[in-house]
This record gives sequence, C-alpha cells and structure tokens, in this order.
Amino acid sequence: MLEVRNISKSFRGLQAVRDASFQIPAGSINALIGPNGAGKTTIFNMIAGVFAPDSGQILFQGMSIHGFRPDQVCAAGIGRTFQLVKPFAGLSVLDNVVVGALRRSSNVSEAKVFSAAILRKLGLEAKAALPASSLTLPDRKRLEVARALATRPRLLLLDEVMAGLRPTECDQMVEVFRDLNRAEGLTILLIEHVMRAVMALAQHVGVLHHGEVIARGAPAQIVRDPAVLECYLGEETEV
Amino acid sequence: MMGFAGQLSLGHSLYVGVGAYAAGALFFHYGIGPWAGLWLAMLFCVALGLAIGFLAFRFGISGVYFALLTIAFAEFTRIGFDHLDWLGGPGGMFLKVAQRDTWDIANWRGPPLMYYYAMLFLTAGAFLLCFFLLRSRAGYYWQAIREDEEAAQALGINTFRWKMLAVAVSSAMTSISGVFFAFYYNNLFPEQIFHISRSIEIILGPVIGGIGTLFGPVLGAAVLTLLSDGITELLAALGWEIPGIKQVFYGLVLLLVVMFLPHGIWPAIAKKLKIHA
Repeated sequence: MLEVRNISKSFRGLQAVRDASFQIPAGSINALIGPNGAGKTTIFNMIAGVFAPDSGQILFQGMSIHGFRPDQVCAAGIGRTFQLVKPFAGLSVLDNVVVGALRRSSNVSEAKVFSAAILRKLGLEAKAALPASSLTLPDRKRLEVARALATRPRLLLLDEVMAGLRPTECDQMVEVFRDLNRAEGLTILLIEHVMRAVMALAQHVGVLHHGEVIARGAPAQIVRDPAVLECYLGEETEV
Repeated sequence: MMGFAGQLSLGHSLYVGVGAYAAGALFFHYGIGPWAGLWLAMLFCVALGLAIGFLAFRFGISGVYFALLTIAFAEFTRIGFDHLDWLGGPGGMFLKVAQRDTWDIANWRGPPLMYYYAMLFLTAGAFLLCFFLLRSRAGYYWQAIREDEEAAQALGINTFRWKMLAVAVSSAMTSISGVFFAFYYNNLFPEQIFHISRSIEIILGPVIGGIGTLFGPVLGAAVLTLLSDGITELLAALGWEIPGIKQVFYGLVLLLVVMFLPHGIWPAIAKKLKIHA
C-alpha cells in the first residue's frame, strides 16, 4: 500500500534520513522504532507532505505522492497524528473531530453523527461537549487519533500516541487499533518508544538508527537482532 | 470574519475607503446609482482583498506580519489617493446632495433616520450571515485554521483556499459599509477614510466584545460607541470640550478588557448566563 524508496533528507548538512526504504502491505500494522533523533519523525513528515524528501520516491497505492501538500496527502487517504498533540483548543471535543469528518461529508449534521460514533469508539463520548483545552494528556492523544480517523484514512500514521499513557491506557489504545485493523482493514504505521505497544500490535517492525534502516522483521526477530540490541535495546537495558 | 479564521487585519479601512470611493466615483463621474455601485464596489474590494490575500498567504505571511502587510496596503492606498486628481485628491470628493427630507430608497437619499434603519438592517444581515457561516463547513474550517493551521492542513483542509474565502467575505462586508459611508456623508477624503484609526476602530469592537464570537463584536461596538459618545456628550453638557477624549476612553476600555477579560466581554457574560458562545 505504501512504498518508500530510498528516501533521504538532510537539514543544513545534518543527514536526518539516509537512503531509507520499506514497504507496508495493505491491512498490516507496522512499527518504526529507533533511538531519539534516529529520523523517525522526519520520515513521517515526508510521508505526510510536511516536506518533500531530497531524493527518493514515496508511492501510495502505486501513485507517487512526492511534493503533495499535507491536505492533499490527507485527501489521498493518509491520516496522521502529531507527536506533540495539536488539539483545536478553543473548540469542543466533538467539533475537533467534526473538522476532520467534514473531509468526507460536507454536511455538518452528518459529520456530527459520524464524529460522535468515533468518539464512542475511543471512549471520549462523555467529554464530547467539553472544550478540547480541558482534556488531560491521555485524552488529548485519543482526540488526536479520533480526529485523524474522522478523515476516513486507509493508512493511519501514529506518531508516539502511547507516550505518556499508563500501561492500562496503553492496552486500551492497542485494543482500539487492533479493532480498527481487524474490522475495517485499516493499515497502520506507528512510531513508538513504548515497546509494550509495539510488541502487542505490530506485525512488522523496522529499526532506524542514524537515519538508516538497520533491521526489519517480526517483533520477536527484531528483539534478538544483534545490531538492534547494540544500538537501541542495549542502551535501554544498561539503565 | 478575521476573528473566525484568525488572520488579524489592521488595514480594513482599505475596503471601507475603496468601497466608498468606487461607488462614489461611479456616481460622481457616470451618474451610476448606489444600488449598481454597491455591487461594483463589492466586486472591486473582493478582487483587491484576494490580491492581497494571495500575496500574503502564498508566501506564508501570517500573524503580526500579516497585520503589518494590511496596514501597509491601506497606507499606500491612502497616499496614492492623495495624488489621484480624478477622485479629488487630498481636497476630497463631494457627491451632490439632491434632497434630505423624504425617503428615496432607490437613490439612497433621505433623512438620517433612513440610514439608521439601513444600518440596523445591515447589522442584522451581517449577524445572520455570521451565524450561518459559523455553523457551516466554512466556519469549522476557519476556526480550525485559527486554532492550529498545521493540524488543520493535516486534516485535509486546503488552508490557502479557505483563508482566501475568509478574506473575500470580509472585504465584501466591509465594502458595503464603505458605500454607505459615501452616500451618508457625501464627502470623501483619503486622510479620513483610509486612516489607520478607522482600521483600529473596526477591529477594536470585536476585540473588546469577544473576538470570534457572534455577539461579541456587536456588544463591543455598542459599548464603545454608546459609552464614548455618552462621555463626550456628558462632558460637553458640563461645558468641557476635551479633544481626543474618545481615544483616551478607547484606550482605557481596551486596557481594562485586556487585563480582566482577555477573551472579551461577551464570553464572560455567556459564562455567567451558562450559554454557549
């Protein structure tokens, strides 16, 4: 469904991503992991159209989305969340989601019904009328997901939505994504530090280090890969 | 409108002025009446607004810099009009006043009371338009852009196109008031109509009443006009004539609102009355 071919990006001489390639089959759940500064969010931003790669190709459903603006990427069927959550603070929780839902239906009352259903799925229905600014961080993360889902994406990009969640909240979120994947065939690509979520969710994991993909495979394989242990998991076990 | 989409303009006197001069010149030079002139003035102002919006939004100018750009456009238009003899230059353009006694709606001539009702009607019209816009897709999109443009774009909103629409609607509405200005005062001076204080007055009402709300701008304008005119009258009755007291009063109200009600007067009242603004 998504194919990333040899993309590179540097910022003023700093090579953030170097020659990265991976494929995401339709209907799969994929994780991109790696230490801080490995280039995960940069890859995300290139897929989402925030900036274009210096070289390489990004194909979505066989079509190049190179040079697309973020709104065009969204229209093509890719939804995203932000690592640093960006709620529309002055709007109610429901209205936040309605903004996303209006992407697919220009009728406001129709969009409201659809949005309410999404909030129910994410356990936010009791807070629908509250201003988004009053939400706690875990709820803001949920809202971020709800808003992206409202645009009815075929591929969902999740940028560290588990960070800051308690283990039980994390498990709930994992359930939501599993459900969406199973029931609606939603393809998911997540960037994640929380290994608990990665191990529970992902079928394929890619490991990024210094902007390069150093390993790929099933989660169980990845955690035994010596290169990965050295650069990433090794660091964590030392602590 | 700028309150909905979050693009602060400090140059809205431009649309008052260009609207007034467009309709005024059409009447003065070609005898085209105010009804036809209104549409042409609106078209002209929308085109102008879109041109400025295009320049600003295409090159990613926003926030304070957008406000500065709008001031710049209003100012150089003012200076330009000073040198346009066809429009009277700095000496002003004077429209012929036929009569002021009976209601002549076709030619917009009549006693001040007629203008009072016209303004009332326009305010109600603007209010209704905003009411429906705010509840439409455009309203949602504008508010999303105001709150977080990057997030709005990630949700599939073509922020450029919707900001352009906001500018078009706003400039059209402002130009109507310009045409009214022309036919009410019948004289137009660039110094007066394009002056930055007019732009400030336009945005001051919403800021004080509550920007981005429906009732806020109406309330803010009412507070400012009623109280400032009231104070001027009161002082005049006491035999004191203090020039500039209106501006001092504006400053004082703004200071108090910024300190105690940073979201404006209306949201505070709405909260007390437990209604959703």
